[in-house]
Amino acid sequence: MQIHKLEKIWLAIGITMLFVFLGVLGVSAFAMGVKPPSEHHHRIDPSKVQETAPFNNPGLRPIGNLEYEAVMTAFTFGYAPDKMEIPVGSTVHFTVTSQDVVHGFAIPGTNVNMMIVPGEISHVSHTFTKPGEYLILCNEYCGGAHEFMKTTIIVK
Amino acid sequence: MTTKQNITLIQRFDSKDGKLVVAHILVAFIALLIGGIAGLLQTMVKSGTIKLPYSIGYYELLTAHGVLMAIVFTTYFIIGFLYSGVSYTLGGKLLPVVHRMGWTGFGLMTAGTVLGVAMVLTGKASVLYTFYAPLKASPYFYIGLALLVVGSWISGWGLFYQYKYWKKTNPGKLSPLFAYMAVVTFLMWQIATIGVAAEVLIQLIPWSFGWVETINVMLSRTLFWYFGHPLVYFWLMPAYICWYVIIPKIIGGKIYSDALARLSFILLLLFSIPVGFHHQLMEPGISSFWKYVQVVLTFMVVIPSLMTAFSLFATFEINGRAKGAKGLFGWVKVLPWKDVRFFAPFMGMLIFIPAGAGGLINASNQMNAVVHNTLWVTGHFHLTVATSVALTFFGITYWLLPVVTGRILTLRMNKWGIIQTIVWCVGMFFMSGAMHLVGLFGAPRRTAFTTYENQADAANWMPYYVFMAIGGMVLFIGVLMMVVNVVAMLRAPKGVEAYPLGEAMESAEATPVYLDRWRIWIALSVLLILFAYTIPLIDMISSSVPGSKGFITW
Repeated sequence: MQIHKLEKIWLAIGITMLFVFLGVLGVSAFAMGVKPPSEHHHRIDPSKVQETAPFNNPGLRPIGNLEYEAVMTAFTFGYAPDKMEIPVGSTVHFTVTSQDVVHGFAIPGTNVNMMIVPGEISHVSHTFTKPGEYLILCNEYCGGAHEFMKTTIIVK
Repeated sequence: MTTKQNITLIQRFDSKDGKLVVAHILVAFIALLIGGIAGLLQTMVKSGTIKLPYSIGYYELLTAHGVLMAIVFTTYFIIGFLYSGVSYTLGGKLLPVVHRMGWTGFGLMTAGTVLGVAMVLTGKASVLYTFYAPLKASPYFYIGLALLVVGSWISGWGLFYQYKYWKKTNPGKLSPLFAYMAVVTFLMWQIATIGVAAEVLIQLIPWSFGWVETINVMLSRTLFWYFGHPLVYFWLMPAYICWYVIIPKIIGGKIYSDALARLSFILLLLFSIPVGFHHQLMEPGISSFWKYVQVVLTFMVVIPSLMTAFSLFATFEINGRAKGAKGLFGWVKVLPWKDVRFFAPFMGMLIFIPAGAGGLINASNQMNAVVHNTLWVTGHFHLTVATSVALTFFGITYWLLPVVTGRILTLRMNKWGIIQTIVWCVGMFFMSGAMHLVGLFGAPRRTAFTTYENQADAANWMPYYVFMAIGGMVLFIGVLMMVVNVVAMLRAPKGVEAYPLGEAMESAEATPVYLDRWRIWIALSVLLILFAYTIPLIDMISSSVPGSKGFITW
């Protein structure tokens, strides 16, 4: 099939840009570790979340200097724990699962944004460099009072 | 718009087939009207302007709006439109058996729609149009969905049958471009809907009846998105048919290249299905390698999109220069701006440029974290499907209804249509613009009015919600104008309008035969799907992930 010369030029430029772009995405994901969150395969029985460690005791735990693990459960229509407080500059590793339906987990103003699927455990880490009150909200419809589902992190 | 001498040359549209087309188009616009009312109320609730009476909930409206607009309006319109073109180009009328299949499909789809929407409106299926498990709707909601899909399959098989019969009775001839594209569109649809059919029939229906206790949630989500992304190409491809085949005729020009148009449709077939993971980038249970593979396949769609953009603007420019336009952009002036059949789809094309750019951001592996499940996404598909596709469908309606009913498009309706298009664009500018911006600040989609207990970030989103409501009201006026126009067209003066079918340029290259080798393309498509899905699916099924019980949380 003959393709018009101008069409060839147009496609060549477009396809080159496409591969450069995909290269950037690939290198940052696999060489620099900037992958989408929640890739891990950790399974949990969704009906036994409250009896399964560490989710039987959700909360914020220091694991180093300015480093915390936040073990959290999502349920209709809230998160446990209800409130967390950390000093400025802390890195928090969130470990979250759902007790019932699919939920969202997003902190506006940051790139923390992931799905919480029953039977799976989601992970994301974030360093809070500015003080303030951060909202954690559910951004996946989970039922009639979905709009009330939230918790907060206070960074001091 | 047709002179008397030409009437004898025009192939009249078969009146029996015309009824089938009109039936589909009418259901589409009834869905648009009801869905539009739900949409208007949503924007008002979300901005805190009104409170709904106790018995109506925000999420029931949201489910109805999504199902009616995204599934019912589009699917009915597409089947009506494609059947019209197939009837016209493949023999001038549908074969009796195809005609029956068309009506059977219509009947099943309508039964499914009525059942599904009844479940939504009675509060038994407030699961939104993605119906994510383990939210458990009434089994009759899922049965309604299954009927809708099976109905569309039968209509698709009818279309294939007509095409096959034509090929057999016209050996060695190149099939008409419209029919070729219609076949590709429905091939893609048949392959893609296997995913949602499997989810509904094997997982959701037995589970919602209580025959099995638990459901594999990750598997259900993956099956859904295997279908859920191709769905957007199912909306887009008929719009492309209009842009490639119909618009050149309307502007008085020729199709730039028949072969290029066919090749771009084949590429769409190949790259529209193995890409569903880009909707699941933020989920657990899928490794980042397979996510990245599907991101790469997603981006391949850039190639047919660029080909389409080139062809369309080449057609415009060559046509303009033939009419004596000078300078780099002189051809813009000679386009028929006052003809709604051109103006509405053209605005759709224009808006598709920012809409497509937004789509690239959504699918970009890491950048998705910024916008996932925010109002940005809602803004995005209100530009793509609700503007590019919807305006093109409106533009089609202005000639299709007169053609199939043996009436004419009056000057008054044409003018009303131009105003309607402008109203639509203005409404969408406010609504979608506000959605895109506030989404970047993290405002969630699919959420009723809330200030999150006066949280500072959430309070800053409120002005944008007000802009969304203003846009929603303007858009609702647009819906009403369109519905009025559809009714007016059905009562227009009798006459004969030509089916505006473009022809390829004389200088265009001959179409290679291999583009018509369906076995090759279907096999390649299946191979790509197997490559993109087999290992992740085995992983989801074989690992002993405990299933979920159902929940009714509304």
